[in-house]
Amino acid sequence: MFGKLTWAAIPWDQPIPLFAGAFVVVAALAVLLWIGVKGYFPYLWNEWITSVDHKRIGVMYVLLGLVMLLRGFVDAVMMRTQQAVAYQAPGYLPPHHYDQIFSAHGTIMIFFAAMPIVIGLMNFVVPLQLGARDVAFPTLNSTGFWLTASGALLVNISLVVGEFAQTGWLPYPPLSELPYSPGVGVDYYLWALLISGVGTLMTGINFVTTILKIRAPGMSYMRMSMFCWTALASNMLIVAAFPILTATLIMIVLDRYLGFHFFTNDGGGNMAMFVNLIWAWGHPEVYILVLPAFGVFSEVISTFSGKPLFGYRSMVIATLGICIISFVVWLHHFFTMGAGGDVNAVFGIATSIIAVVTGVKIYNWLFTMYGGRIRYNTPMLWSLGFLVTFVVGGMTGVLLAVPPADFALHNSLFVIAHFHNVIIGGVLFAAFAGVTFWFPKAFGFRLHEGWGVAVFWFTTIGFYVTFFPLYVAGLLGMTRRLQHFDVAAWRPWVLIASAGVAISALGMICQIVQLVVSIRRRAELLDPTGDPWNGRSLEWATASPPPVFNFAFLPQVNDQEPYWAIKQRAIETQHLAAVGEYLPIEMPRNSATGFLTSFFATLTGFGLIWHIWWMVIAGLVAAYAGFVWFAWRDEDEYEIPASEVQRLDGERRRAREEWLAREGNLGGVA
Amino acid sequence: MARFRFPRPALFAGSGKRSSVLLGLSPLLGGVLDPQGPAASGNAQILLNAVAIMMAIVAPTIVATMVFGWWFRASNKRATYLPNWDYSGRLELIVWGIPLLVVLFLSGVTWIGSHDLDPARPIASPTRPIEVRVVSLDWKWLFIYPEEGVASVNEIALPAGRPAHFSLTSGTVMNGFFVPQLGGMIATMNGMVTQLNLQADRPGDYYGQSTQFSGGGFSDMHFLLRALPPTSFAQWVEDARKSTKILDEDAYLAMAREKAAAPRALYGSIDKALFENIAARRLLVETPETE
Amino acid sequence: MTATAILTPSEGAALAIHGAPGHGEGGPASKFVVVSYGFWIFLLSDIVMFAGFFAAHAVLQNAIDGGPAGSALFHRNTVALETACLLLSSFACGLSWAGASARRMAWTQSALFVTGLLGAGFLALEAREFAEMIGAGAGPQRSAFLSSFFALVGCHGAHVSVGLLWLATMMAQLRIKGFRAQIQRRLLCFNLFWHMLDIVWVAIFTLVYLLGGAR
Repeated sequence: MFGKLTWAAIPWDQPIPLFAGAFVVVAALAVLLWIGVKGYFPYLWNEWITSVDHKRIGVMYVLLGLVMLLRGFVDAVMMRTQQAVAYQAPGYLPPHHYDQIFSAHGTIMIFFAAMPIVIGLMNFVVPLQLGARDVAFPTLNSTGFWLTASGALLVNISLVVGEFAQTGWLPYPPLSELPYSPGVGVDYYLWALLISGVGTLMTGINFVTTILKIRAPGMSYMRMSMFCWTALASNMLIVAAFPILTATLIMIVLDRYLGFHFFTNDGGGNMAMFVNLIWAWGHPEVYILVLPAFGVFSEVISTFSGKPLFGYRSMVIATLGICIISFVVWLHHFFTMGAGGDVNAVFGIATSIIAVVTGVKIYNWLFTMYGGRIRYNTPMLWSLGFLVTFVVGGMTGVLLAVPPADFALHNSLFVIAHFHNVIIGGVLFAAFAGVTFWFPKAFGFRLHEGWGVAVFWFTTIGFYVTFFPLYVAGLLGMTRRLQHFDVAAWRPWVLIASAGVAISALGMICQIVQLVVSIRRRAELLDPTGDPWNGRSLEWATASPPPVFNFAFLPQVNDQEPYWAIKQRAIETQHLAAVGEYLPIEMPRNSATGFLTSFFATLTGFGLIWHIWWMVIAGLVAAYAGFVWFAWRDEDEYEIPASEVQRLDGERRRAREEWLAREGNLGGVA
Repeated sequence: MARFRFPRPALFAGSGKRSSVLLGLSPLLGGVLDPQGPAASGNAQILLNAVAIMMAIVAPTIVATMVFGWWFRASNKRATYLPNWDYSGRLELIVWGIPLLVVLFLSGVTWIGSHDLDPARPIASPTRPIEVRVVSLDWKWLFIYPEEGVASVNEIALPAGRPAHFSLTSGTVMNGFFVPQLGGMIATMNGMVTQLNLQADRPGDYYGQSTQFSGGGFSDMHFLLRALPPTSFAQWVEDARKSTKILDEDAYLAMAREKAAAPRALYGSIDKALFENIAARRLLVETPETE
Repeated sequence: MTATAILTPSEGAALAIHGAPGHGEGGPASKFVVVSYGFWIFLLSDIVMFAGFFAAHAVLQNAIDGGPAGSALFHRNTVALETACLLLSSFACGLSWAGASARRMAWTQSALFVTGLLGAGFLALEAREFAEMIGAGAGPQRSAFLSSFFALVGCHGAHVSVGLLWLATMMAQLRIKGFRAQIQRRLLCFNLFWHMLDIVWVAIFTLVYLLGGAR
């Protein structure tokens, strides 16, 4: 009846996961109870769960990412503390548990923290910057989000029901094959990623179509904001790379479930093929994350310097350059597999070419700051922290791309330090910068500045104190993923790194405090104009939070920085642009398809993991039924009456009139 | 005779003069920046060269970031404000040119280094290399000396100053063979044979380990590499030959199927075809009914 | 700096009706363009996934592990028949699109029916081929080569199966709801999908059966 699932799957004898799991379950039930008592379920269902509004979906993505970031961070704390106490000692986490933690940490951080935050920011911002009413496929967008959430849910279920993979965040065979990983851990990994991978692919297709096909009138390619360009590049990479991941994971699934021999030791399997395939996806994945991060910094640095982005064309070329080159460097992840001098050298050199185009970007940001009037709000602090941190991470990356240096450092803590250097210094800093930057747009009030600064300093210092010692430990030959070690020379560095994690934890706490304080004091942090930072692109041309239709009139774009131009013109003429006649607007209706399909996908995944075949079939049939139900719908859209459009737009215009009066008195911003 | 320091790395290995030279770097001794052989020296040299080349561009960039960020702060009324300055052809040239030149230079280093320090490339030496076959298992290392007819677990002895040629494979899952102070990390994979050439210039005990996570006992998968003076090496081989343990297919399969770390051990005689059979997947460790 | 104006709603509406190409000058493209464009992108991603399986097959085609090679397994006649089924099915599918464009219900439905029938015929032949191979001890568990063969050809077969399910659902929908714009768009997407499967099959036929059968 329940396949391999028995009561023994729950780790009664392991207090840490049991209590962690019990805590999460109790907390989730408490939240549900509170929602129920307060009567918020209809609101939640109508305004969020079934919403196909790209802004709502974006917010949910970011929220999912932040919650998972916290989960991944707890894993990180456990890993660092384990290594701190495991010098010539077993520590407090046995290998079975420790190996799950580092596997879950990597999987969660990449797939369920970084990806959702980056995709969330794109979701929220891109249509607004394009001057569009929504994305190309709103219901698909909702489905993509819920499938990602479904994957995240499966990974977290593994905490209490069964186990997670003990193979690292990329399950290299034959370790991940049945003879060496007979448990359900790898299966949790596979199905969680296959399901969320479909969601990510949907996002990719949706955003490529959105950016290429539904921009505001006059928004030619070379007038798109830098963030839209990087989003386009990132989503093209998703479309081209994620199917490789799907194919590769399906091959392991076939090996594990049906006795195929893709990567097995017997039957002529070839595990080196897995390593090639997974990195053919894995390296572009790095740029899927970091390109939008570059986009965020481009927006932030230009806005807070009060200048257009320097070298826009170079930036576009560099972005597309990275997009293409990222596909021809995958072999640098395994120089030590003995490919020979020619192959290693070619891939090493290809990798360092990425440093050229990235270097171009760094210089262009520098020259954007040059001659600016830099306001140091939190997003700008993150950007400056990024510039300093990222060049170091880039340097160690190029170092690892030199094969002989890699022979000394591959799989050492130096590599760990390097990629945390670029992912924390690049993607995470961008996530925090972006969230702070666009938070007022999403909710109508800014985040508290003082707590934001505290988050910045704790997180940045925490990062340096954690990972610079790991560079040294790597140079001392300390390899990654050690559950315990005996070498005295490594110990001091490991201990310093643990102290660094404590500092980062303070940053995490400040993050939560910042959110609470900002919500409580939202009245004084209010942004009535919709343009709290004196922005330059179109998302600031509408109210905060934007109405569901984004713009009362589709903006006509004549310039690379459309909103800046509108503001300049308003100041010159001392008048806001005249309004035309307000007309009713058609918007897509809510749909429960995404939520239902993903619910059944979760059931299917769970059934597959535990070999509960009736559940698999029931889940698939139900998902199909949900799909047909959606396809049968007659009305896809609803109409917002002209009077409502006028009312919503009128509020913003009144605030802008006040702004203009102030600017007029000051004699203009320029 | 080398001092026994296992499991600590060979701190301050080598002559006293060398140690004093490196004293400034003492926190880094014992690792890849304290090379004890030509492969590791080459790796470390390239590592340091590449850092130096890149620092020439990275350090000024960091300084410029801080200077620009400080000088152009909004409150500094002396800084010029160029609100529309967003393009300069000359600067663009520099922006593309400098990283391109640096990377071009670095590419040369990469190309030459990748060939000179390819692990499969024999080390130039008047003496013939000693042959060692390496098999990674769950979770231990098996070293076979085909010419000496002996084998060992978790301990390799090499004559110092003479190159060694390793052929490596894995009986089970993927691992990485690495002795930080001797350089040249290489993967071990089932059904494939990788090649590695190393040399320890001076006698000493060197810490070695697997660098590719391979399962529950991975953390214990380290070994001792003992570089011995020629006479001591001959003695080591003699000691090994005295061992009554025989490494044949049955002994191998029993060892390989026991998923556990193992103490150091010596084998007095070996099945000469064992390594080839393992590499050709004729001796599968996992049985079909393993689940 | 150029002056920036706001497009009046009536201008915007006019553009939406005439279906701007989406290149920026005219504003958002029409829904018809957006849907088919998005579907093209999906097909490209699907082809990338097939490329993964093709690559695996290319790597593993000689890893027969003492088992049978392609030349001993493939029957050129069956494969030729399968190919004929699929190509004719595609042709019928094209006819259905012509019917849908002309809004002729009987024509469209019968063409779609023939499409499905030929697709089912293809699947039946493929299932028989698979069953014979497995019966002869040449199933996917036999060797890495056969694993990659069954995965690649099976992946195509799974696509055809899903296509048939989609086709049946759409025929019912078309019958009940008639030629709505929404259904027209879906018919176009199905056409694109079905032709893509044809193209993939041509690659499988050439690389797996013709070249592989000679080995």
